[in-house]
Amino acid sequence: MPEKYHININETPARFPLVSKYAIVETREKCTGSCRKCVRKNCAFGVFKLNSHNMQKAKERQYLYGCEGCFRCVQECPGGVFSRVKNPDWDNLGGGYWTPDIIHQTWKQAENGRVPVSGAGYRGKFAACGFDSIWTDMSEIVRPTRDGIHGREYINTSVDINRRPHHLSFSQDGKLDRSYTTVVEIPIPLLFEVPKFGIINRRVLNAMVSAASELETLMFLRPEEYSDDLEPLASSIVPRLKASNQVQFNNLIKKCRIVEIDYCENILQIIIAAKTINPDVLISVGIELDGKAVERAIETSELDEVDLLHFYADANGNGLGSNQPRFLSSLIQEMHSALVERGLRFRTNLVFSGGIALAEHLAKAIIYGADALAISTPLLLALECHMCYRCLSGESCPVSMEEIPENWGRQRILNLAGAWRDQLIEVMGAMGIREARRLRGDIGRSMCFENLEKECFGPIFGKSVAKGSV
Amino acid sequence: METRKEVVEFPLAKLAPSRYHNTISQYIIKRSASCNECGLCARLCPQGVHSSGNVYSGALKPYMDRCTGFECAANEYYCIDRCPQKALSIQLNPLLETLGDYRWTAEMLLGHWVMAETGDLPVTKLEYSTGKSNGGFDRIRFKTPRQNDYLHIPDKEIDTSVKLNRRNDGRLPLSINIPVYGGGMSFGSTALPVLIGRARAAKKLGTLTCTGEGGYHDKILPYAGNVITQVATGLFGVREETIRRAPMVEFKYAQGAKPGLGGHLLGDKVTAEVAAIRQTVIGNALFSPFPFHSVYSVEDHKKQVDWVKQVNIEGLISVKVSTPVDCDMVAVGIYHAGAHVIHFDGSYGGTGAAPDIAKKNIAMPIEYAIPRVHRFLVSEGIRDQITLIASGGIRSAMDVAKAIALGADGVVIGTAELVAVECVRCGHCESGRGCPRGIATTDSELGQVISEEWAERRIVNMYLAWRKQWCELLRQYRMRSIKELVGRSDLLVHLDYLEEQERNNYLSYGG
Repeated sequence: MPEKYHININETPARFPLVSKYAIVETREKCTGSCRKCVRKNCAFGVFKLNSHNMQKAKERQYLYGCEGCFRCVQECPGGVFSRVKNPDWDNLGGGYWTPDIIHQTWKQAENGRVPVSGAGYRGKFAACGFDSIWTDMSEIVRPTRDGIHGREYINTSVDINRRPHHLSFSQDGKLDRSYTTVVEIPIPLLFEVPKFGIINRRVLNAMVSAASELETLMFLRPEEYSDDLEPLASSIVPRLKASNQVQFNNLIKKCRIVEIDYCENILQIIIAAKTINPDVLISVGIELDGKAVERAIETSELDEVDLLHFYADANGNGLGSNQPRFLSSLIQEMHSALVERGLRFRTNLVFSGGIALAEHLAKAIIYGADALAISTPLLLALECHMCYRCLSGESCPVSMEEIPENWGRQRILNLAGAWRDQLIEVMGAMGIREARRLRGDIGRSMCFENLEKECFGPIFGKSVAKGSV
Repeated sequence: METRKEVVEFPLAKLAPSRYHNTISQYIIKRSASCNECGLCARLCPQGVHSSGNVYSGALKPYMDRCTGFECAANEYYCIDRCPQKALSIQLNPLLETLGDYRWTAEMLLGHWVMAETGDLPVTKLEYSTGKSNGGFDRIRFKTPRQNDYLHIPDKEIDTSVKLNRRNDGRLPLSINIPVYGGGMSFGSTALPVLIGRARAAKKLGTLTCTGEGGYHDKILPYAGNVITQVATGLFGVREETIRRAPMVEFKYAQGAKPGLGGHLLGDKVTAEVAAIRQTVIGNALFSPFPFHSVYSVEDHKKQVDWVKQVNIEGLISVKVSTPVDCDMVAVGIYHAGAHVIHFDGSYGGTGAAPDIAKKNIAMPIEYAIPRVHRFLVSEGIRDQITLIASGGIRSAMDVAKAIALGADGVVIGTAELVAVECVRCGHCESGRGCPRGIATTDSELGQVISEEWAERRIVNMYLAWRKQWCELLRQYRMRSIKELVGRSDLLVHLDYLEEQERNNYLSYGG
């Protein structure tokens, strides 16, 4: 049995204080200073430890944001000195799809690499749109081989990157007819790509690529972003070539296991050109998720030389080229079904980019038909990005991204990937699925809001008239 | 005169004020230094906000949680306007912004604290019946009743009991006085005084509570007639004698908050006492596997039920499962294996600790499972032979009523009982020394801050207040028993299924 895949987690504290949702405040003028019942001593989390003894050394922000929200000091202080307030910085984090909660959760996971665990029940909205309208299913008892996530059983998260032979054939002398020289399998269904904003200098890029290399996964980047100091990691890099610049990067094609070529009219010629330079190289085709994506996917997956189709949605998971874009989950489903219908799905692997923000999105996107997902924004968040977008206008970065130590960045990304993988395993365990490959397209392992409303509530309430439902 | 069946005597509410010096209130009333202690406000306020007791010796801190707020301005006794010194001011408490969440809103928490304190419904305007999660129970309302239907009978003539044994198989004819019993909380995850308080409350009210997976503590023995023994996958503390003494034995296959995953009690919580009861090693983390390793089919399940029925020849069998897409078929299997109670735990339920990804994403909310299972059991012709119990995200009396109208016979409550003993749902049940408020902890100091009697009173009070809501609801629909409400989904509307004009009628209607 091959060695168990393992991601090395290592607590890697943030360089700057995290922005928390709430903060504890005290009105010091109300404090008599002499009641001898000071609640600061009773804090079960020791939040006041530093401050109560030595005000001079107080780390004000840690003190403010360290609060876990048990309200004991608020309720017990005889003078009513304490109160809790919403942090005004909180609402300024991220925006739209990338909510402060997502950002905060990603920071935490990059710091400690652990699955977020909490007490009490779920706290959020009943359901929302996109991935939040999907629940994964679980299986009650009838699953003889499962031993839960804590068990002895190995849950495999690997997926294939190279296309699989439809069947094996042998020559007269019993040897394999066609040899598949390159087999690329990545142990997590997660690939990296270069974010569209942020300070992407050598340090940041090296941190990302070296994390990809350690995870044995791949990172997509433009060849202009490649430099010779990345050469030792070339096998983890997928250069994204255009028809126009492909010739300039012949050397790179030789070094890499996979290259990606942006979809164009004469894609086959470019693929053949790349294969001439490096016959073993695997081919990914980059396709924008617009109105023509399905048509192009069908066209390219019919080509024998193509291993991977890589679809690009925008950063919020919306399709491109439309005023009323559809969300990634339904685009994945449509793409998957279109290829299944034409008998082409088994020929290629599908990777989707954009809008993957949480570990649960991985599981749901795979259920809807993706083989693997590519992320970029979460990588920046792992490096403490606040998503303030100041870098886009050339202003300074509040967390000095340009100065990150490479190893620190690498470890933060590893932690995040570790936490995500563990969460994927939790969900797969609950579904009774032991192979990420097996999960792909298994829509029966999911329940969607609209269907449940129709099946369970339809007979009682009739037809829903709410916006966005059936 | 018509001879009625025995009328259940419910205990009287006993005041059980907050453990804390500063209560969290909806409004903050400030008294400035210009107050000359004339005492007018104390005489004016009918809510007793400024009540100073019998020994009036100056202005005391106002009882701010009794204040009805800005609405009071219309009254002639509005203290803010009447104060001759203009010394009083009122504002919304900014703390509320930081309390609660979409499912348990700040107002819902405050409302339940008032109920637990007084045994009555809050007089101040609080939306304690529905949350803001924008779906499920929070979008379901009871139809506006017809005025002529109103039944003028007192609460004591209204029956809120639920029959648990509907199989007529010679086992205990168990029935509970309120359509609610306590969910499993283990010794180890929850402080002993809280557990005993729950058991005492169950005895007072004539209902049940459940040991959870932590074994049977000796101090719970006096309440054995009201305590369900849970047989969960870890089998911690499960012994023949604990099975034998229970009126009902509950098999726990899955828990709504972490369906398909096992439980995990951190090593820190495995104190000497916890380890002794669970027959394990001190300080070693305990995992409950998933699923039962002796049960991989419905036939295996039947053998397990038969084993318990042999050990406990009188007790009932309850089976607790989660809500997968095929929950209706699971229910039928459970029935045929010989269970008396099917207990579905929906995915938004509470827990001592679970991965966030599980709480949000695995299995379906209970609102969907109830009508699905109810309909299927009806069509199979076995609905009247089994008791359908729902749980998982049922927070208030109205949630209970909605669950029953959707098709459940009764529900199981966990979190709301903890809210009654002043849980603020901070979610740190497991971290560090455990719950800072002394509820979900076995810490030698924190685990003792609650008294059993106080916990009992608070829980009894909350259920008494809930019963008032149920009785009022039943009267509105001309019902004398909560049994008549089961499956009456025709009395419900879902706001997302109404045209706008009709929907607006319900938006202001709290029930």
